[in-house]
Amino acid sequence: MAAPVPPGGAAARQNRLGLALADYKGGKTTLCAGCGHNSISERLLEAMFDLGVPPERVAKFSGIGCSSKTPAYFMSRSHAFNAVHGRMPAVATGALLANRTLVGVGVSGDGDTASIGIGQFAHLMRRNLPILYVIEDNGVYGLTKGQFSATADVGSRLKSGVANELPPIDTCALAVQLGATFVGRSFSGDKRQLSAMLKAAISHRGTAMLDVLSPCVTFNDHEGSTRSFAYVKEHDAPLQELSYVPAHEDVAVDYDPGTTVDVELHDGAHLRLRKLEEGFDPRDRTRAVARLMEASARGEVLTGVFFVDAKAATLTDQLRTVDAPLATLPEARVRPPPAVLEEIMASLR
Amino acid sequence: MLEHTTAAAEAGGGRAAASPLVNDFSIQVATANGSGSQSSNTVLLRALFQMGIPVSGKNLFPSNIAGLPTWYTVRASKDGWVARKKEIDLLVAMNPDTAREDVRALAPGAAVVYDAPLGLASLRDDLVFYPVPFDEVVAPVASEARLRKLLRNMAYVGVLARLLGIEAAEVERAIGRVFGQKAKARELNVAAARAGFEHAGALEKRDRLSVRRMDATAGKIIVDGNSAAALGALFAGVTVVAWYPITPSSSLVETLIGHLREHRVDADGRATYAVVQAEDELAAVGMAIGAGWAGARAMTASAGPGLSLMAEFVGLAYYAEIPVVIFDVQRVGPSTGLPTRTSQGDVLSTAFLSHGDTQHVLLFPGSVEECFSMGVAAFDVAERLQTPVFVMTDLDLGMNNWMADPFPYPDRPLDRGKVLSKEDLDRVGGFARYRDVDGDGIGWRTLPGTDHPRAAYFTRGTGHDDASAYSESPAVFEENMARLARKLDGARALLPAPERHGGGTAPVGILAYGSSHPAILEARAQLAAEAGLDTDYLRVRAYPFSREVEAFVRAHERVYVVEQNRDGQLAALLKLDLPTELVPRLRGIAHVHGLPLDARSVTDELLAKEAR
Repeated sequence: MAAPVPPGGAAARQNRLGLALADYKGGKTTLCAGCGHNSISERLLEAMFDLGVPPERVAKFSGIGCSSKTPAYFMSRSHAFNAVHGRMPAVATGALLANRTLVGVGVSGDGDTASIGIGQFAHLMRRNLPILYVIEDNGVYGLTKGQFSATADVGSRLKSGVANELPPIDTCALAVQLGATFVGRSFSGDKRQLSAMLKAAISHRGTAMLDVLSPCVTFNDHEGSTRSFAYVKEHDAPLQELSYVPAHEDVAVDYDPGTTVDVELHDGAHLRLRKLEEGFDPRDRTRAVARLMEASARGEVLTGVFFVDAKAATLTDQLRTVDAPLATLPEARVRPPPAVLEEIMASLR
Repeated sequence: MLEHTTAAAEAGGGRAAASPLVNDFSIQVATANGSGSQSSNTVLLRALFQMGIPVSGKNLFPSNIAGLPTWYTVRASKDGWVARKKEIDLLVAMNPDTAREDVRALAPGAAVVYDAPLGLASLRDDLVFYPVPFDEVVAPVASEARLRKLLRNMAYVGVLARLLGIEAAEVERAIGRVFGQKAKARELNVAAARAGFEHAGALEKRDRLSVRRMDATAGKIIVDGNSAAALGALFAGVTVVAWYPITPSSSLVETLIGHLREHRVDADGRATYAVVQAEDELAAVGMAIGAGWAGARAMTASAGPGLSLMAEFVGLAYYAEIPVVIFDVQRVGPSTGLPTRTSQGDVLSTAFLSHGDTQHVLLFPGSVEECFSMGVAAFDVAERLQTPVFVMTDLDLGMNNWMADPFPYPDRPLDRGKVLSKEDLDRVGGFARYRDVDGDGIGWRTLPGTDHPRAAYFTRGTGHDDASAYSESPAVFEENMARLARKLDGARALLPAPERHGGGTAPVGILAYGSSHPAILEARAQLAAEAGLDTDYLRVRAYPFSREVEAFVRAHERVYVVEQNRDGQLAALLKLDLPTELVPRLRGIAHVHGLPLDARSVTDELLAKEAR
C-alpha cells in the first residue's frame, strides 16, 4: 500500500497537489457515534488525498438514507448532489455525461440500492459509467428506525427479535452478472483492505462497485444480527490480500505470479491481489458469480475484489463524446449554423 | 368508432347537394393499421399541397402495430383552415371491419370510394358510391400478394386524383418524395397510382368535390410538431438527452437523434452531445436533471404516464433549482388509456407536478412553428430561471402533418443564465447558491468541476438556507418559499406573451391554447358568419400567466375557455390566478373524445351557451 497516512501526523502532510488532508474534510457528521459509515467517509477522503485527486474535480452523489447523508461529511470542496431515494445513479449518469472530466463518487445504502434503487443500480452496472459506487451496507433501514433491508441475511434478527425470512440480494454477485467492471466487498472496520480497495476503485475507469459492510450501531449491532460489528469482524473471510501501487511508484516490486494477481488500472496504478484461496481469478466473471453464490450458501462473509476488467469500454467511450465537458461547449459548437436549418427547411418543402 | 355529427353535417350536407365544393372538403380514408396506407395518405396530402392548396392531415390511429382499424383525414381548405373538419365529404372505405359503420355515419350527399367486394352501395341511397375492384386494378402491377396488398392503397390515390382533378404529375412527384431513393418501390407505387387513375376514368363523376390549382402554399413546409420540437432542441444546442420510449413522444427524440448524428459530430467522429435511452422515465428525468445540474442543456420527452413517474424528481429540481426541459406530448390517460389519441389532459397535474408547493413553467406551442421556437426558448428559460420547463404539446400537434412557414433561425444567442466561472469567483471571492443578490429571486450557480476552492455547494431538496446548508429553521424555510414564489412570479414577464386576436371590444372572449388554435380561428369565422357574433380571442402561450390574461378577462363579460380535457384544467389554473370577482366570467367548453378539436364543435357549443 502506498504511503499510508500516519495516524496523528496527517494534518501536516501535503499531497502531490500541495493540499493538506484538511482540504479533503467535510462537515461534521450527524450520524450516530461509532457508525461504520463515518469510517468509510474517512477512508474515502484519505484515499482521495493520498491519490492527489483535486477536490474540485470530484462530484459526489447520493440517494436517501443514513449513507446518503455522508457526502456532506467529506470533501466540502467538491460539488455534491443529494438526489431522491434510489435514483442517484440517474443523476450521476446525467452529470458525468455532461462533464466527463469529473471524478464521480456515488454513495448509497442497502435500502437505497437493493430495494427502491435496484432498477437504477442494475442499469448503472450494465452501462459501465465511470463512477465509484459505494454501498454502505448495514442490512437495515437506519433513518426510519430499524426495518430490514433486502441485503439482510436469512435468520438475522432485529432488536425486537423478529428474524428475516427472505433471501438477501447479493449486490456484488448482481453487479458482476450485470456487467460491472470492478466489484468488491469490504468492511468498514478493515481499514487496510478498504483503503486499498477504494484507491484501486478510484483509479479504475468504469463502474467500480464496492459493497462495504458497515454495521449500524443503533439498530443492527446486537447479538443475533449477522451485520453486527462483532459478527462481521469474526466472520470476515478475505479472498485476497490487497495492495495498491500508485502509478508513480516502481511497479517492479517483486511479487509471485503464482500467488498474486497483478491488475494494471486505467491510470497506470496497479492492484495486487495476493491469493488467499487457490484457483480464484478476479478476471473471470463466471467464476466470481459462482464463488459469491457458494459463499452465500455457506454463510461466509466473503470480502475482497471479486471481479475487475480494467479495459472495458465505458459509457462515455461508447457515446464517443468530445473530450471537453459537453456542459460548457461554446455556442458555435452546439448550435448548427443557419445553412443547416435552411437545408432542413428546403427538405420539408 | 369515430365520432361523427349528424346535426352539423346536415347543415352542410343537405343544402350542399347541389353546390360544388372546390378546394374545400375533407377526405377520410379507412384502412387497417399496418397496411401501408400511411405512405398513400402522405402522397395524397403532398399532391394537394404541391397544387398550392392549403391542406392538413390527421392520423386517427389505434394502439396497435397491425390489424386494427385506422383512419386518416385529409382536409383541403382554400381559406386555409387546418383544424380537423368534423364533416366527412368523401370516404375511402378499404377496411371491411369498419366500412358499413363508416358509411352509415356519413351525412347525406357524401361520396364513398370503396373496395367493390364490400358491396356498400346498397346501404344508403343518399350517398354517391364509387365501387373500385382494387385487387383487379393492381393485379397487372405486381404479382406478389404481399405487394398487391400495399399497392391497393396507392391505387386509391390514383382513383381520387382522377375523381377530384388532382394532377397526376403532382401525385407522381409526391410518390418520388415519399419513397426517395427506393427506386423499385417508387416505380411500383407510380404504376399503382396510374392504374387507379386509369380505372377511375371509367367512373361517372357524380359527387361535388373537386380541386383546382391555387397559390397558397408557395414557400411553405409540411412538418409534424415532434420533428419541429426536435429541431428546436437541436438549435437550442441541447447536449444531453435522456429518454424512455412512449407514444406519442418517441418520434420527437428519434428525429432529434437523427439530426444530432448528422449535425453535431466533429470531423474526428466525436459527438458534442450524449443521448441515453434510460430504463424508465424516472431515470430519464433524473439523468436530465443531473446533466442540467452539471451545466448541460438537458432534456427529456415523454407523455402523461411518464410525467407522473417523473413527479418526485421534478419537485427536487424545482427546489434545488436545476434547469431541465421536458417535452410533454400529451395523450389520453394512464396505462392503456387511449395512448394514440390526443388530449390536453396534463395541464393541471404538470403545473404542480410533485408535492409540497411546487409550481412549474409551462409553454403551450400552438403550431409547429412554435414547437420549434418554444423548443429553442425552453432551454433559455430553464437556464435563466433555473427550473424545469415543460413544453406542452400533444399528439395532434406532435404526430400530425401541418403546413407551416419555414422556421426562422434563432435571432438571439443562447441564454445560459446566471453561472459563476472560476474567474468570477476569483473576483468576488465566494458566493451563496440561493442568495437573491439581484432581487429577481434567482441566485447564481456554479458548475461542478469549477476550479476554485469556494465553487462547491451541496445540492439538496427543500430544506436549505441561502448558502445551501441544510436547515430546518422555520424562518429560513419561509424565506426560501417566498423567494421561489417571487422567481415564478417574475417568470410571467419573461415567458412568451399571449397572442391577441380581434379588436378587443367584442362582448365575448375566447381563451384557448396549444393545438386548439386552428379550430378556434375557424370557429370565430363561423360565429361571425353564421351568427353575427363578434369575438375576441386570446391564445395563452405560457404558465404562469402573463398579466395580459387578467386584462383580457376583465375586458370581456363572458370568456369561453376552450380545452381538450374534461374538467377545464386551464380554467382551474385561471381561477387560482384571477381576482375572485373575475372568476364568474369564465365558461368552459370541453372537448374530450381523443380526436383533434374541430371548429364546428366549438361554434355550436359556444352558441348554445350564449343562448342560455
